[in-house]
Amino acid sequence: MKPYDTFDCAVLQNRELAPGFFDLTVSCLQAAQTARAGQFAQLMVPGKTLRRPISICEIDRNQGTLRFVFGVRGGGTLQLSRLKAGDQVNLLAPLGNGFNLGDTSRRVLLAGGGIGVPPLLEAAKPFGKRAVLTAGFRSRDAVILKEDFEKLGCGVRIATDDGSFGHHGLVTDLVEDIPFDVVFACGPKPMLRAVAALAHRRGVPCFVSMEERMACGIGACLGCAIQLQGENGPYYGHVCKDGPVFPAETIVWEE
Amino acid sequence: MAELEVQIAGVSFKNPLIAASGTFGFGHEFQAFYPLSTLGGISCKGLTLEERPGNPPPRIAETPGGMLNSVGLQNPGVEHFIREDLPWLKRQGTGVIANIAGNTPEDYCAMAERLSEEPVDMIELNISCPNVKQGGAAFGTSCESAASITSAVRRHCKKPLMVKLSPNVADIGGIAAAVEDAGADAISMINTLTGMRIDIRTRRPILKNNTGGLSGPALLPVALRMVWQASSRVKIPIVGLGGISTWQDVVEMLLAGASAVQIGTVLFSDPYAPVKMLKGLETYLEENHVGSAAELTGRVRSW
Repeated sequence: MKPYDTFDCAVLQNRELAPGFFDLTVSCLQAAQTARAGQFAQLMVPGKTLRRPISICEIDRNQGTLRFVFGVRGGGTLQLSRLKAGDQVNLLAPLGNGFNLGDTSRRVLLAGGGIGVPPLLEAAKPFGKRAVLTAGFRSRDAVILKEDFEKLGCGVRIATDDGSFGHHGLVTDLVEDIPFDVVFACGPKPMLRAVAALAHRRGVPCFVSMEERMACGIGACLGCAIQLQGENGPYYGHVCKDGPVFPAETIVWEE
Repeated sequence: MAELEVQIAGVSFKNPLIAASGTFGFGHEFQAFYPLSTLGGISCKGLTLEERPGNPPPRIAETPGGMLNSVGLQNPGVEHFIREDLPWLKRQGTGVIANIAGNTPEDYCAMAERLSEEPVDMIELNISCPNVKQGGAAFGTSCESAASITSAVRRHCKKPLMVKLSPNVADIGGIAAAVEDAGADAISMINTLTGMRIDIRTRRPILKNNTGGLSGPALLPVALRMVWQASSRVKIPIVGLGGISTWQDVVEMLLAGASAVQIGTVLFSDPYAPVKMLKGLETYLEENHVGSAAELTGRVRSW
């Protein structure tokens, strides 16, 4: 079995979840069998030199589908947002290491920020009621996937930057009274850094999903460098192959 | 069946498609798609004498019709390559080209000497990397410095020596002639064009290195022009690269004067591109009753 490959996939659905956020489901029988939570795919955009790396939000092995929830950032993601049911999209997938879910009888804290929330959904599934999502968004209209986590039985706490929904403040403000044994996090770097520090204070393992500008997606071009803490000091690893999920203590957080 | 095999400086490649240095690593990641023996050869990721950490991120920026990179020759060093990658690569049934880069002429010579004892098929002298502070492109931008590094390495190199030229020069034909005179067995061209992108919101360059190397389809016409110009100045074979994305581009590059081509950036959007190019090239040769790929070299009917 190939660890990853390119696939021409039929688009089953693409709808706007919230302004600028799209919910794309594609049929990809083979990749759906092997993909794991926290992995990503590289979506081809006709006419663009580079594919767009997008985290896998949900995997349905029975239906053979992959779900992606992505934000429109520029011309490439704008083109992807215009895909319609029946269109084809070429995927390079599944890529990266994903979350090592480990013992799913543990209580997990899922900490997400904005477009970092989608990959946490697949990770939440085996934990169900033992998972709590604390998620931060810009404002009320940018809140995504809340009901999806609730349907899995997860606790859900929302914060917004402008206070228009849930707590007015940071994701880390929501965590104080939540007991947990492991943390999975994805979102902007300052949030990940704060979540990692919080987990460290509690002596709980924390895994963060990172992002970097990427080209090949398979570890050949060395474009998506990330500074990691090695045995002999810091070095550049790569988000696509060594990640995107890293133990938080291996990340060198920039000043 | 048309003959796809080509000869470059006495080395035979089963077909004229070679993976370009820096886009293919040492091949491991691409064997998931097809046997590496599909390719005529692989030009390995640029090597330096010692391990190099590379430049800080971001290292990648997309551009109209291309992309910028400022990877900065991140690599595990020549000894690591010889120990960990080369034995495996040699078993893959494809030509192996070691691409070397140095800070000083001594670095280049030491690597050429070391690799001459190893089973690489060819050494590609990278005097055109735009992303490192010392050495790199500095050697490739004048006839004198390009010739002097080539002749220095020539004395230490027992393998066929291919010199990779920078397009960031005024007189590409002059530099091609200079490296031929200095003892190069072949030329590969072109490396990336130096470029830049700026984030208008933060007013910062997208690349942490500020500038980077432009590759991708936007380069193709520049590469074709330069190969065409250089081929009229030298007798040694030219391996053409720069933005080749389709089999038609391969044919154009051969017609412009190249004896083989290198395939790079297109691999990022379509890792299967070389497979498609081979098929297209074969069909083109047959439909046009051309007996071999080599017969296309330099056969552009210039006005």
